[in-house]
Amino acid sequence: MGIKLSLLAVLALVLVAFVGVKAAGMSYLFGVTVPYLAFVLFLGGFTYRVLKWARSPVPFRIPTTSGQQKSLPWVKQNKLDNPSTKLATVGRMALEVLLLRSLFKNTKMEYLQGPKITYQWEKWLWLAGLAFHYSFFVIIIRHLRFFTEPVPGFVHLTESLDGFLQVGLPGLYLTDLVFLAAVTYLFIRRVIIPQVRYISLPADYFPLFLLLGLGITGVLMRYFWKVDIIKVKELAMSLATLRPAVPEGIGVLFFIHLFLVCTLIAYFPFSKLMHLGGIFLSPTRNLPNDSRMRRHINPWNYPVKVHTYEEYEDDFREKMIEAGLPVEKE
Amino acid sequence: MAKVPKASELAAGTQHKPPKTGWMDTPVDFKPGTWCYAGKPKNLEVVGLPNPREWSPADADWKLPSNWQDTLHEGLKERLRKYRSLQLFMDICVRCGACSDKCHFFIGSGDPKNMPVLRAELLRSVYRKDFTMAGKVLGKMAGARELTEDVLKEWFYYFFQCTECRRCSVFCPYGIDTAEITIIARELLNLIGCNIDWIMGPVANCYMNGNHLGIQPHAFVDEIEEVTGVRIEPTFNRKGAEILFITPSGDVFADPGTYTLMGYLMLFHEIGLDYTWSTYASEGGNFGLFTSHEMMKRLNAKMYAEAKRLGVKWILGGECGHMWRVINQYMDTMNGPADFLEEPVSPITGTKFENAKGTKMVHLVEFTADLIKNGKLKLDKSRNDHLRVTYHDSCNPSRAMGFFEEPRYVLNNVCNHFFDMPPNTIKEQTFCCGSGSGLNTDEYMEMRMRGGLPRANAVRHVHEQHGVNMLSCICAIDRAVLPPLMDYWVPGVGVTGIHELVGNALVMEGEKERTTDLRNEPLEGMEDSDNEDL
Repeated sequence: MGIKLSLLAVLALVLVAFVGVKAAGMSYLFGVTVPYLAFVLFLGGFTYRVLKWARSPVPFRIPTTSGQQKSLPWVKQNKLDNPSTKLATVGRMALEVLLLRSLFKNTKMEYLQGPKITYQWEKWLWLAGLAFHYSFFVIIIRHLRFFTEPVPGFVHLTESLDGFLQVGLPGLYLTDLVFLAAVTYLFIRRVIIPQVRYISLPADYFPLFLLLGLGITGVLMRYFWKVDIIKVKELAMSLATLRPAVPEGIGVLFFIHLFLVCTLIAYFPFSKLMHLGGIFLSPTRNLPNDSRMRRHINPWNYPVKVHTYEEYEDDFREKMIEAGLPVEKE
Repeated sequence: MAKVPKASELAAGTQHKPPKTGWMDTPVDFKPGTWCYAGKPKNLEVVGLPNPREWSPADADWKLPSNWQDTLHEGLKERLRKYRSLQLFMDICVRCGACSDKCHFFIGSGDPKNMPVLRAELLRSVYRKDFTMAGKVLGKMAGARELTEDVLKEWFYYFFQCTECRRCSVFCPYGIDTAEITIIARELLNLIGCNIDWIMGPVANCYMNGNHLGIQPHAFVDEIEEVTGVRIEPTFNRKGAEILFITPSGDVFADPGTYTLMGYLMLFHEIGLDYTWSTYASEGGNFGLFTSHEMMKRLNAKMYAEAKRLGVKWILGGECGHMWRVINQYMDTMNGPADFLEEPVSPITGTKFENAKGTKMVHLVEFTADLIKNGKLKLDKSRNDHLRVTYHDSCNPSRAMGFFEEPRYVLNNVCNHFFDMPPNTIKEQTFCCGSGSGLNTDEYMEMRMRGGLPRANAVRHVHEQHGVNMLSCICAIDRAVLPPLMDYWVPGVGVTGIHELVGNALVMEGEKERTTDLRNEPLEGMEDSDNEDL
């Protein structure tokens, strides 16, 4: 159900943009109004979500320790998997964010009769995750050339590295291929691994189809069904400089691509995609394991009812004396 | 009580294919052997928990308070504001499934709702319905659902089918910790009186009695004298002792924990430690952790209170699993600062325990490792030669502390034959015993055997490869639950605490020649010598 529904939703988005621009001629709506709206939603929504998380305190220091603790001086601490200082914690977070370190530990369980259980090598999810995020990141960097004049050096550099194969004209970007392959893989594994399919919601398929739609329209525009790139830049610059104007004759494919982008960024703050912001706040990763050394403060710590020693002794004084235990009151 | 199927039958009947019906449309089947008895009203009353009543999870009517849905809604709302972990973990899961086959209960049962991701979705679905716009508008399409009695029963069933072991959180790319979700879900269930007696009983006992009153380990003192020829007299509630020693009560009550306790006593005697036990704070374990944060704090408060009353310098903690999670991650925050204590220094070696300078509480295995490193103990490893030992990393010292090398160092110094299990089953990837977090009760035996299967599977590997016949651990629940688990899956493997092995190897002043270990089993090469018991 989730798959069909999500696919239909993305196809509907494509159709809306197509009809809207091609038949109804609403290129201003799709070229200016929707992008601005989406951008505002993205910024506002993102900020709202992060503030909402930040509003809830971290009452306890609960890092998941994945390596040797700081202990006696002759015991070698695993500083990155079990940091006890802020600096090492930054290191742990950097590995997590930049290399998806926890996911790298993934294994696949195999249950054989006997029973005999084994754990197999499984790095495909990690690899696809890493490939997807980095290619997407590079693609975003490349897109900065539409919004900048003159185009900064690092954008040119990214472009030339990404296109170093120099195949075809216009030159083939590696990340275009990697992006499409990785998203396709993430979709396929979601469908064919029974457990993952069982837990998947429309909210899991929808972003994948949206990303695929983005990638496909992008590739089509660049390599096959070209749009007027000069005019695209004109539009992008007009948006960036807050003097929006839509040049004539860009080509409807561009508007479809743009509409999918707008949907993605507007949807972003209200979806699981917010893991982008959330990872930085995750208390099992972003805290040093130092709560035996330094006291962690819980802002809402409150006094609780306890059974005091005095009450305890009152309950058991006679028995305690009988057993030869010292008491406070004879 | 439900009969547990034979190991071969249980394994053959397990498959990991999800059912045809979606998880929201698959209600819970309260099959005997897979759930725990309800908390008895008298135990709830002792600690003042709501809705004490006689009821059973198998009943159709759970005798819930009339406004139970509001109570849970408000409870969840309050906790979203109090715990960033909860708010975040409700929002950012992408359902990548990396956690799915990391849970011992999923591996052993094949039940998809035991996949950590789906366990969390049980709560998340209600969160979406009540607290997110998409969930309110799109309902099931957005993975949201109403909190009905069926959903509540599902919560009870599956949040008491999670041992809060945190193995899944090691693999989660965002560090989503199912233990945190389970802890809070159980806290919610407790708001309307849905809890289990195996947790409520110990909570009530620990709260009122401190558990040990009148039970002094003199029986063990006699036993030690028989094996070693040395008489040991521990003190209780003694003011002015340098160190307060706290260990889980399981070590006092039942084999094989009692042998571990003998090891503690022998060690302290031999090094001449100035220490005392407390009868008031005699419970190291804290079943409050399995009830609510508040109950954890209420029970834990005794440790510092007693240390202050007795005027000790610092606290030494015995071999226990979740006790050490509480000490490492909660105690100082909840009941500190312990400014009436001193930064712990070993009176024997002079070593400062820098890593415990805040809580002022040292783990006994750290303490012993330091003694060995400084050559303060005379150890005869050969006295453990009849044992081929492996080591079970208990969940909490592993994933809520990072306690890996200290126990291995001690083990390697007290026995000649030590073999680790395969890497993805030890240290931070260790598998739970299957009975942690208050689920170590007999009526739950089938689920315990299922949950313990991955651990047993790894033990069997070293049993077959290296002839391992002894599974060591540093957790009292482990010592209670691993023996039946081994008997079920890997017969021929015993269970021991580390300090039992230390006790075996420890050469004491004035001791007679030992012919048996602490269990009165003959030492290697001593099988023929006279053994009074035979």
